[in-house]
Amino acid sequence: MTPPHAAPAPRSRTPAPAGLLHSAVTTEPIDVARLISVAQASGIGALSVFLGTVRDLNDGRPVLGMAYEAYEAMAQRELAAVAGEVCDVTPGLRVAIEHRIGTLGIGEVSVAIVAAHAHRGPALEGARAIIESLKQRVPIWKCEHYVDGERAWVDPTKPATGAG
Amino acid sequence: MTANGWGTALDQKPESLRRRYLALVMSVSVLLFASYADAFGTRRLVVPVAAPCPVGDVVQSMRTLPGGDRLPVRPLVAINQAYAALDSIVQPNDEVALIPPVAGG
Repeated sequence: MTPPHAAPAPRSRTPAPAGLLHSAVTTEPIDVARLISVAQASGIGALSVFLGTVRDLNDGRPVLGMAYEAYEAMAQRELAAVAGEVCDVTPGLRVAIEHRIGTLGIGEVSVAIVAAHAHRGPALEGARAIIESLKQRVPIWKCEHYVDGERAWVDPTKPATGAG
Repeated sequence: MTANGWGTALDQKPESLRRRYLALVMSVSVLLFASYADAFGTRRLVVPVAAPCPVGDVVQSMRTLPGGDRLPVRPLVAINQAYAALDSIVQPNDEVALIPPVAGG
């Protein structure tokens, strides 16, 4: 009979492969739990999860929702490149990332980045580095739809417009 | 647009001249997104330019079209789904895209 305090069967001690594990631009709602499970592995001690969500206010103006548009083929490539480059300079980092496009309501998740590492520093810094680079490079645009019926493309190069 | 003034009545030119003219021009298909698609009222433009030419010449040609005045001085461009400098050479069949200020996240 197996004693109740018996340890579970030992898992492999081989370190899980690091790097970019999953990257996608998708029209489907993002399953954050699935991204976490992709990044989780033996040897991981910290998972940093960054979620970008649709704000209900921008520059004080009430927002109904957001339409995201992408140059899809290039956005897939750039998203993978951005995450891959951060992995390249962060040994042991495991990343899963998705960016959603299409019409999103207030509070919905537009981007999810899971960065996993043995230690919290690289996990936190990795997620931060990826979102900052994503915002500079990945060809995705968002059009805000306001309560008053107007719409406008968000332009982060204009200082009055906050970037989500 | 006519290159070298040969573009008018091209059908009436001798075949040899016609062939030479057609070798000098190409139609570049330009993908447009977001605010640029709104500016031009379309998601795809076909721009005739000399072949081959810097992608900046494609942008310059577009400025003469309705909505072209809304392009910034140096818009971001991509050739075959990779960012490119404005002096990068466009070849026939390249996929050119104008990239408005990106706003992902």
